[in-house]
Amino acid sequence: MNYLLAFLFSGFICLIAQLIYDHSRLTPGHITSLFVVLGSFLDLFHIYDRLVDIFHAGALIPITSFGHSLMHGAMAATQEYGIFGIAMGMFDLTAAGISAAILFAFLAAMIFKPKS
Amino acid sequence: MDHKEYDQLAETLKPVGHKMKNAFFAFIYGGIIGILAQGVLEFFMNVYDISQKEATPMMTITLVFMSCLLTGLGIYDKLAQKAGAGTFIPITGFANSMTSSAIDSQSEGLIMGIGSNMFKLGGTVITYGIVSSALLGVIRYVITLFG
Repeated sequence: MNYLLAFLFSGFICLIAQLIYDHSRLTPGHITSLFVVLGSFLDLFHIYDRLVDIFHAGALIPITSFGHSLMHGAMAATQEYGIFGIAMGMFDLTAAGISAAILFAFLAAMIFKPKS
Repeated sequence: MDHKEYDQLAETLKPVGHKMKNAFFAFIYGGIIGILAQGVLEFFMNVYDISQKEATPMMTITLVFMSCLLTGLGIYDKLAQKAGAGTFIPITGFANSMTSSAIDSQSEGLIMGIGSNMFKLGGTVITYGIVSSALLGVIRYVITLFG
């Protein structure tokens, strides 16, 4: 059941993105940025947390989850450090993804040759 | 023919039937990545006996690794041609954009090439993620102070 829910939600987000892509002049860069902003907005009233509770990985894997994690970490840190917490906690939850992406991208660039 | 007329003409010649097919493939491929993520997530939850929240970063790292590897092998970009948003919306798309930027700029050297171009395509996500979270975060923080 969890797999089906993950499939449906992740697929649904990608479907919306594809529809926007095909019916506008926006590039993937525009659309991913838009979805990240949407994700950080949906942290409001714990909407995105509820989506994660229902759809599990289906809500964690689209890029909207990245915006939500940034916002969630920032807001959690404000409870301890006040306004400074926004910058201090921003990367608390996303550090793993970004660090891994930088490290593996660098290693890939060391190993693989460009294909074109 | 001026710019406007050209745009209108180009618009009428765009393939319409492809849009339905593109949307379908985006849904399927995006969904498959969701299933894969769920499998990896449950694997770590069972192996380390931890909650979903604790297993989430491990799942992200694993999928980012897979994406970087498939990008290096040239497989991810082949998938992306068919899947469209199905491959650029998941977090693996972010890893893909960073890896392909890094690989493509190899010829410019370690510093000016790989080091500075890595975020060329993917950086926008981080920039606007932080800017929007900071703005919304300040607003929410001020509201909680008075609310």
